[in-house]
Amino acid sequence: MPTFWLVILLCVIAAAGYVLGRQRALSSAGGDARALHSLPAYYGYNVGLSTLVPALGLLVVWLLAQPMLIENRVSGMIPAEAIPEGTTLGLVMSDVRRVAEGLDIAVAEGVLTSEQVRNMRSEFSDIRGRLGEVGVALGSDVRPEVFNAAQAYRSSSATGHTAMVIAVALVALVGLGLSYSKTNKDFRARNTVERAVMALLILAASLAILTTIGIVLSMLFETRNFFGLHSWTDFFFGGTWAPNFRGDSELSILPLLWGTLYISFIALLVAVPIGLFAAIYLSEYAGPAVRAFAKPLLEILAGIPTIVYGLFALLTVGPLLVRIFGQGENGVLGVEWMSGATSVLTAGVVMGIMLIPFVSSLSDDIINAVPQAMRDGSLGLGATKSETVRQVVLPAALPGIVGAILLAASRAIGETMIVVMGAGAIAKFSANPLESMTTITTRIVSQLTGDTDFASPETLVAFALGLTLFVLTLGLNVLALYIVRKYREQYD
Amino acid sequence: MNDMSTLDKTVTNTTKISAKNVNVYYGESHAIKDVNVEIEDKTVTAFIGPSGCGKSTFLRCLNRMNDTIDVCRVSGEILLDGEDIYDKRVDPVQLRAKVGMVFQKPNPFPKSIYDNVAYGPRIHGLARNKAELDEIVEKSLRRGAIWDEVKDRLHAPGTGLSGGQQQRLCIARAVATEPEVLLMDEPCSALDPIATAQVEELIDELRASYSVVIVTHSMQQAARVSQKTAFFHLGNLVEFGNTGQIFTNPEDPRTESYITGRIG
Repeated sequence: MPTFWLVILLCVIAAAGYVLGRQRALSSAGGDARALHSLPAYYGYNVGLSTLVPALGLLVVWLLAQPMLIENRVSGMIPAEAIPEGTTLGLVMSDVRRVAEGLDIAVAEGVLTSEQVRNMRSEFSDIRGRLGEVGVALGSDVRPEVFNAAQAYRSSSATGHTAMVIAVALVALVGLGLSYSKTNKDFRARNTVERAVMALLILAASLAILTTIGIVLSMLFETRNFFGLHSWTDFFFGGTWAPNFRGDSELSILPLLWGTLYISFIALLVAVPIGLFAAIYLSEYAGPAVRAFAKPLLEILAGIPTIVYGLFALLTVGPLLVRIFGQGENGVLGVEWMSGATSVLTAGVVMGIMLIPFVSSLSDDIINAVPQAMRDGSLGLGATKSETVRQVVLPAALPGIVGAILLAASRAIGETMIVVMGAGAIAKFSANPLESMTTITTRIVSQLTGDTDFASPETLVAFALGLTLFVLTLGLNVLALYIVRKYREQYD
Repeated sequence: MNDMSTLDKTVTNTTKISAKNVNVYYGESHAIKDVNVEIEDKTVTAFIGPSGCGKSTFLRCLNRMNDTIDVCRVSGEILLDGEDIYDKRVDPVQLRAKVGMVFQKPNPFPKSIYDNVAYGPRIHGLARNKAELDEIVEKSLRRGAIWDEVKDRLHAPGTGLSGGQQQRLCIARAVATEPEVLLMDEPCSALDPIATAQVEELIDELRASYSVVIVTHSMQQAARVSQKTAFFHLGNLVEFGNTGQIFTNPEDPRTESYITGRIG
């Protein structure tokens, strides 16, 4: 029975359990729902859940564990001398799996009968040809030990699957029986269902957390592999980024870090004043009509995909800057400082525009959180609005605004699309904002796209770069949240 | 103005603020209805009345703090020393320096005690140098009856003081701009009885130099600190007169009901 039908069957049993449980509860109360501890549906849910949850849990565990167990057993069947020069046990095992799957498909499509398969001998029949007919291409002729292993793999899989169907169905029925027998009018079904709901919510929360931990761990392991292949002193303290595939790459993060921080700095130089002033206007000066109209409009900026900002950088801002700072006599300033459209300034300015709504909307919230009493106090002393903002509101909101700026900075450091399209690809230390430079994120993209070999330091460096970036932005976020939270406590 | 005694008498009875037919609307609702009142110089005037009767609204009209509320509309005439404060030529910012205000909840700025008091003098350029500013700050803190408690920690944050100290700091801050009138919107409602007593004593001292208008919910407080009392009810000024007379022999039955606790 395919697993899909097994799941359907479980659902059907659970649904039947719901109906049975509900009926039993009602009849135990003599048909009067008021005499029950819980609403009748809760008894149904209890029986249904007791049927479904343990069975599904067993199914999931079985599906995860069975391939591992079989793999272990079958790989023991392959003698060490049967592994050809230059390959590994893993590669042979993937051959075994492929042959086994091929045979399954062949049986399913009727090319071979299961009887034929059982009696097949790799020495006599052309297995590669037969499997090729059903669309399973094999790299070489099937050797006898591989074929035997594949046969064993098939039979264990089939046995395991049958055992799984029986075990899961049994667990479902036992769950149904137990919970059904417990169902009577005094049983606290409502509390049981409440606990099940809580378990579901805990499961969701822990899945999210476990995924994060998994990502971080995988980055950690790959980074460790990288440092096994490449010296960590070059990565952290070298001065050159020059990957090549001859095996003597210089992979230092410093030029990339410089580019990242320089572009982020320019982005903040654009975003912080504009965003902050916009926030001050919206929260202190604008009337309700303007505010209701301008705030959502500003926040639309935050909804534009970054790839669109990248296009904007490449096609509009870059050429515009070239017209101002480049093109010699034909340019606006008549200078020849900038040759290509990609530059630190291009990427920085566009990224700054992207960050404006981020800064303004966070600052707006923080400025609004400053108590009106502060403003009244200042206005009541004969201060103008701008004096009030400058001397009372902003100092009171300052910690929160610093937090907002740090959050914006961590976004700028992690931003990818805009720098891929606007910043260029040359890794170097330079203070000239009109030159093109590159960032950590763009190098991660370029090291991992195209043909890659996941055993070379040139590829694995991406994980080390990613981990460094992650640590950097995490640190900034934690610092920002700490500052914002500390500030919040002042007025609560 | 023929001899000293009459001079004294006329000075104490000069009208500082005179309101004529003042109406205030918040959007559709009519918050203040045809109020006429004369507030005297060097006198404490108390506004009493049940919650929502418009006494705070009227107080905020006297220094145009209602301008900061978008839906608020004021009509009628309010004269300060004979000049209409709602005239187009009057700058509300300048007006508020002359008519200081102390709020219900102590609201020291998140700055040092010194900077809190120096705030007004700084923005109005009242001091020519640091020494003068120091002098203004000390004088104001003395007037606020808080100098002795804070003189050793002028650069500590004002928000670190106790509630009563904060409110006296706010009074000192308002006094520092040399106002002519001091408006107080329930200045003791957030304070404990000891701090209240200190602030009340202070109000009595301030009467020597300013015209003080105080909104209060406590009738005992009005009786203790004020010379004139105005009773507001549902946006109307019901009765205005000497405090002693309002509390002992009110003319209007509504005033009597409120004072004796039958309405409110």
